[in-house]
This record gives sequence, structure tokens and C-alpha cells, in this order.
Amino acid sequence: MTGYLFLALIVFSVASFMFGRSLARRKAASQGVRGHSLPAFSGWFVAIWSFIPAALILFVLVVFGGRVENAIVQSDVPAAVQQLPELNQGLFFQDVRATVNGGMASTTVYDGELKAAFDHKVAQAKSVDNTITLGAYALTFILALAGAAFAYSRVSPQFRARNSVERWVSAFLVACSVVAILTTLGIILSLLWESLRFFQSVSPLDFLFGTHWSPQIAMRADQVGSSGGFGAVPLFVGTFLIMIIAMCVAAPVGLYSAIYLSEYASPFMRAWIKPVLEILAGVPTVVYGFFAALVVGPSFREFFNWLGAFMPGTPMGEYLMNVQNQMALVAGVVMGIMLIPFVSSLSDDIINSVPQSLRDGSLAMGATRSETIKKVVLPAALPGISGAMLLAVSRAVGETMIVTMAAGLQAKTTLNPLDTVTTVTVQIVTLLTGDQEFDSPKTLAAFGLGLTLFAVTLALNLIAQRIVQKYQEQYD
Amino acid sequence: MTDSAQSSLAETRAAAQPDLKTRVAKRLKSRHAAELRFRAYGILAVSIAVLFLGILLERIIHQGYTAFVTHSITTEVYLDPNRIDPTDIMGANYDQMITEQVMAKMGVNDDEYGTTSGEYKEILSPDLGFKALEALRDNPKLLGQKISLTSPIAANADLYYKGEITRDIVEADRNVSDQQMVWMDALKTKGLVTSHFNTYLFTNTDSTQPELAGLLGAIMGSAMMLLVTAVLAIPIGVGAALFLEEFAPKNRWTALIEVNINNLAAVPSIVYGLLGLAVFINWLGMPRSSPLVGGVVLSLMALPTVIIATRSSLRAVPPSIREAALGIGASKTQAVFHHVLPLAMPGIMTGTIISLAHALGETAPLLMIGMISFVPGLPESVTSAASVLPVQIFIWENASERAFHERTAAAIIVLLVFMIIMNLAAILLRRRFERRW
Repeated sequence: MTGYLFLALIVFSVASFMFGRSLARRKAASQGVRGHSLPAFSGWFVAIWSFIPAALILFVLVVFGGRVENAIVQSDVPAAVQQLPELNQGLFFQDVRATVNGGMASTTVYDGELKAAFDHKVAQAKSVDNTITLGAYALTFILALAGAAFAYSRVSPQFRARNSVERWVSAFLVACSVVAILTTLGIILSLLWESLRFFQSVSPLDFLFGTHWSPQIAMRADQVGSSGGFGAVPLFVGTFLIMIIAMCVAAPVGLYSAIYLSEYASPFMRAWIKPVLEILAGVPTVVYGFFAALVVGPSFREFFNWLGAFMPGTPMGEYLMNVQNQMALVAGVVMGIMLIPFVSSLSDDIINSVPQSLRDGSLAMGATRSETIKKVVLPAALPGISGAMLLAVSRAVGETMIVTMAAGLQAKTTLNPLDTVTTVTVQIVTLLTGDQEFDSPKTLAAFGLGLTLFAVTLALNLIAQRIVQKYQEQYD
Repeated sequence: MTDSAQSSLAETRAAAQPDLKTRVAKRLKSRHAAELRFRAYGILAVSIAVLFLGILLERIIHQGYTAFVTHSITTEVYLDPNRIDPTDIMGANYDQMITEQVMAKMGVNDDEYGTTSGEYKEILSPDLGFKALEALRDNPKLLGQKISLTSPIAANADLYYKGEITRDIVEADRNVSDQQMVWMDALKTKGLVTSHFNTYLFTNTDSTQPELAGLLGAIMGSAMMLLVTAVLAIPIGVGAALFLEEFAPKNRWTALIEVNINNLAAVPSIVYGLLGLAVFINWLGMPRSSPLVGGVVLSLMALPTVIIATRSSLRAVPPSIREAALGIGASKTQAVFHHVLPLAMPGIMTGTIISLAHALGETAPLLMIGMISFVPGLPESVTSAASVLPVQIFIWENASERAFHERTAAAIIVLLVFMIIMNLAAILLRRRFERRW
């Protein structure tokens, strides 16, 4: 229904545009003058006034209507429902909503007083829903007409329609840029808000410096292991380990291929290699995850088991015989492959922005090309390259799918690449993809981890961008 | 004195020269060797990158191509009135009835406990029973008649026909017994089972039965989500870029917005998922695992890249265009919207398509907004639960049945084909319309 109303509004605005334009033409012709603005601007002016206020009301209805309705329905809780435990109260209102909106209600059967309360609430919710929806529709209708009438009355050859329309256009463009700010604010506020709720049950110090991670909280307080452990150090160590392995693969391969491509390769070769790297960069991470879990994991395990078979009896051999698919090495190496094109294209840009005069000077002194690169180009590009590496580190820390599919779930504090470790992102996914009540510390812990992840990557990005910017200014 | 001094100098030179020469020659040799080594490292690095891509694609195609061929069984089914109660057509055991008919046709006798027919049933698909029921429900007059049914054969049987389950494996380690293999060979020689292109993969939605599982639901879900992303990200991104590049005064606020956009481009995707979960689902109450929420989250994610691409193509339009428009009396807005924006459009489209292709492959934020649930049907609208291609890959990868592995790889191939098409479109656009000033 709302959709049709929106379509009708669009049609109405198009009609307003036509009317506004022809009115401006007619008025100008009858007064025998040229208007200040082209007639189309008057059309736009009328169309904007008939569309925007009305569309805003519809938008508010769609986004906030449900919340207002819930707030009204839940403002007075029936006595029978008040006696229920808090969890079931939530379920009760969820079922009311589901019944009204035609969704799937839970299988809970309400009888006796609860049945009466349920029916009462459903009726109330229906009437509130109707009032809000009809009210909003009526308001939309009135605003569209009123806006059109107001704008229509202003149309005249003297009216500065163009300036007015252009103010609307700039307002729209500003609003678009504000979306970027709002996104950042939304990320920070939502992470902070949920993390604060998490830190009410777990102290931030225990979270950041605790060494025991087992978020499996029991359903009832009297069960074994009812207090989960929320010490995130094992996750940080695991993330760090996988990131280091990934950088050990990505940094040399990415940097050397960037050097080769920008300093040695013929244009023909560049034309072939660049697209290959771009394809590698475009492969979705879930594909890398599949590759890690089903190809790299088993072959690495077989290799180490084979290696272990050469040292029978020794503890080392025993250990190698028993390594699993999900070692940190697998996730790290595949993540490193994923990062190669990223490192390479960033380094390529930076090496290319080193002034040619530096190279020419060095070559003229009789240095070979590799000496020029090692002693002149790379030192000059070093700040930029270190910035690029930091960006790659931030990518590795935040990467999710590869580790979710190829790394394990065991939270171990180890730096052994053949052991299974878990990372911050894996735990966020695990904590949030189960079926649990949203407000449990278990799900809120994911936001605590998310906040840590965001803070770390933000710091890395800010430093890296600062370095790269400084570097670019140096040669501009 | 001078003569002797000169001659002695010349002598020392002569004595030193061969020494210096050999030293220089030696050093030059090692320097050139270093040069060669350095160049070799470069070639090695590039080959490693290319090799990785090669292995990646080879393994995926190797594992996935078999899923594009499947085996179907076609058989005459007698809708036996003795076994189907016309008043309760749902109650009959169609699978058993069809299995016994196929066995009779193949000359296999059932034992008294029905274990033989039970084993035989495993190599046929339950889809045959559903199809018989459906046919009967559409047309109850078919009762007592023979109809011809075609359906995909059970996943394990399919793997046997493709040679992925062989007799070399110990019988206990495979899902197909020796007896079943004999029956399957007989079915094939009798011509009941045929192999053909796996259309089910593109016409079916997700299912718990690997032989019936298809990608149509995921493709539709991805298309809807991408539509939402495009509708939101393109206008907002282009608008923001126009403001920052053409209109914004250079002050602290616009500098802040700029730093902000650069940072947003580097925020891990999973954080966007957390944002979507906290704001769109928990706070605004939008429906979980719907293409709408997915599209909104992905559009926020794609926004920085769209803005950055748009800004760079706006910057590539020479100032003379703007000055000429302003010079003949256009307003700033007219100059931008009538002249600069159309000229920058090919670049903008290229950047946008590439960032949409990235959004198509994105998985992590979608897991956060609950898209991991099993969705057996087609999504009806942008607000109903749906699955999307990358998440479908993730779900299938976690499935234990072996037949899902090849389907996972096949789904990856489909996803990569879509992404390659989008990237090719972007490249073609760039080639066709790019102007160098």
C-alpha cells in the first residue's frame, strides 16, 4: 500500500512539473516578458514542493512507524503478562506483532487471562497500526497538495525559480555527503552502545587482558560453567599470528612484483600481468575461504604428516603426524595470497610516484638498475610503502571469511603456526550466527570484539593515510 | 727528477692498472650477477602471483565442472489404485510404490523385510514420489493410469555414475554398496538413467537434498540485493562526490568528510554487518535476512568506493569545460549537471560497476544480518528472507554431504562468471567511452 502511494506521489510530482512549466510559460507570454528563470525551473520548483515533504512523511512512517506502534502497545503491560518472566514478556509482544502483521507467531499457546490479554493487545495494536498508517497517508496527501499549491502560487516571471531549485539541489548534495558522516557515527555509536552493555557484565580489563575465552554461557544459572570466560587475549594472539603469516607471504611477493612491474616489465608484460592481479583482487573472499578449507588445508596437512613420517618416535615427528587441517598456517598463507594484489597495486602507485630524475641521476652515475632501485628508489618510497603495508595489515586483521572457513574455533594462546587458533572476526561470526537471545553477554561480546577491531583498524588506517599523504606531499 | 718521477708514476700506474682492472671487472661481474638475481626475484614474485591464481581457478573448475552434468532417471509409473487411497492421496507411500515398480522392471526381488527395496530406494530420488503426488493432485483422474516421470537421481548415485565413487574404495568407506553399484549399472544399460546438462542447478532453489539443490533462489536474492544497493549507493555516492569535488568550500568540515570517507573505505566489512544488525535490525526493526537490509548495508559499504571513483573521474574533466559553460552564462549547477557530469559519466559507471561487483561477492556483513538461514523457496519481495550467492557458497561448503562439495565449486563458478561479466562490462564501457583530454 505504501509502495503504491509512493508511486502515486511520483506520478503526481511529474504532473506538477508539467503544470508548473506550462504555467510559467503562459504567465510570461501573457505579460509579454522573459521570465527570470527558464520555465523548466518553475516546473522543477513545483515538483520538488509536491514531492519532498510528502515523501519525507512516508519515509518516517516506513522507518519509525513500527517502533512507535510497539512503544504505544508496550506502554501498559497487562497484569497477567507482568507475572511472566521477562523473556516470555518479550515473546508475548513479539507474537502480538506477528499476529497483526501476518508474520509467523511462535507456537506458544495463550489461554485464560493471557488469552484475553493477548486478544486485547492484538486489537489495540491493530487500531494503533490503523491510526498511524491512515494518519500518515492523510498527512502525505495533504502535504503533497499543499506543497503543490504553495509552489504553484509563487510561479511568476519575476520569481527566481532557478535559484530556489539550485538551493534544493545543493541541499541534496550536502545531505548525500552527510550520509558518510552518519555511517561513521552509526558505526561508532552502535558499537559503543552495545559494548557498554557488554562491559556492564564483564569488566573491560578482564576482556582486554584476560587469557581465558569460552563464551558458552549456560542457559540457567545453576548449570555447570554458567560463567563464561571473556578474556580476549587468545583471540588477539590468534589474529596477530595469522596476520604475521599473511604479511610474510604478501609483503615480499607483492613488493617484488610491484618493483618488477614498474621498473623492469615491458609494456606488453604489464598489460598481461596487471589484469591477472586485478582478477586476483576481485575474487570474493568466500572463494578464498573455500580454497583454503578444501584445497590448501588438506594438502598442507598431508605434507606435514608425510614430513612427520620421516621422524618416527621423536616428539617432533609425533606432533607433525597429528597436525590438523585448520592450522594457522593455512589461513595465513591464503590470506597472504589474497593480499598480494592489494600490496602490489599500492606499492606500484608509490614506486611510480618517485620522480624519474632520481632514477636518472643514479643511472647516470653508473649504478645498475637494481642498485638504483635498492639504494635510491626504495629508500625514497619507503614511507609510502610502509603506509601500504599498514593498510594491508589492517585488511588482514579485519578479514573474515577466510579465517571463518579455514581457521579453527579453539581459543589458544600460541605462536605456533601449525596449531589451530581463532581470531576476533571468527568469534564475532560464531557469536552472532547462532540462535540466541540478543541481549545475552554472548552476543554482546561480539560488539565488544567489533569495537576493538574497529579501533585497531581505524588507528592503522589513520596512521597509514597520514604517512602516505606526507610522502606524496614531499614529491608533489 | 720530473722525468723519473713521471716514469715511476707511470710504472706504478701500469703496475696498478691490471690489478684495478681485474678488481673492477670482478666487481662488475658480481654487480651484474646481483642485478640478475634481483630481476629473478621480481620474475619469481610475479610468477608466484600468477601461479596462485592458476591453482585457485584450476582447483575450483576441477572440483566444480562435474556439477554441471547430472543424471536423471526416467520411468513409467503406474499410479496403482490399490495403493493410493483416492480420498487421501497425501497418505500413500509413493516412494515405496515407485521403487517396487522400478525393481520389478529391473528384475530385482524384494526380500520379506523390505531391506532390498530400502537399499534400492536410496539410489532413486524422493523427488519421483513428490512428482507423482503433484501430478495426481493436479489431475486426480490419473489414478490407475501410467505416467512418465523424470527426476534427478540420488546424489550418491550421481557421484557413482560420474566415477567419483569407485569400487576401489573399501565398501565401508563409501556411501554406495557393491550391490547398489550393480543395480545402477543395470539401470544405465537399460537406458532408464541418462546424463545431461544440470538444468536443476539453475531452476531449483536450495534444498537439503543435494541432487535437488539449485541456485535460483540465491541468484534472485543476489539480484534483488544488488538492485537495492545500486538504487541507494549510486545517487548518494555521485551526489556526495559532486558536492565534495565541485561545490564544497575548502574548510574544516569538508576536510573532515574527506578523511571520513577514506577511513570508511578501509573499515572491515564485518563491522558494517554489526552496524546493520544493531541499527537496521534491532533498532529500526527491519526484517532479518532480507535483501533490503543486505542491500542497505552493502550500499553503505560501497559508498566510499563509489565516491572515490566518481571524484577521480570528475577531476579528469578539464576545467576549460566548466569555464566555457560559465562563460556563456550557465549557473554553477547548470555547468556541472549539463556538462561536467555527462562527460564524467563513463568513468563513474566503470567505478560503480566494479564496486557493485565487489558488493556481489561480499559475505561477512550478510552473515551478521542473519542471512545464514536455510531458505528453501524463492524470495517474494525485498523484505522476505532470502539467500544470496556468496552466502549460499558458505552454507554449502559447511554441508557434510560429498555431493555438496562439487555444487559449492559450481556455485563459485557461477558467482565468478557473474563478476567477470560485470567487470567486462566495466572494461568495455571504459574502452568505448573513455576520453583523454
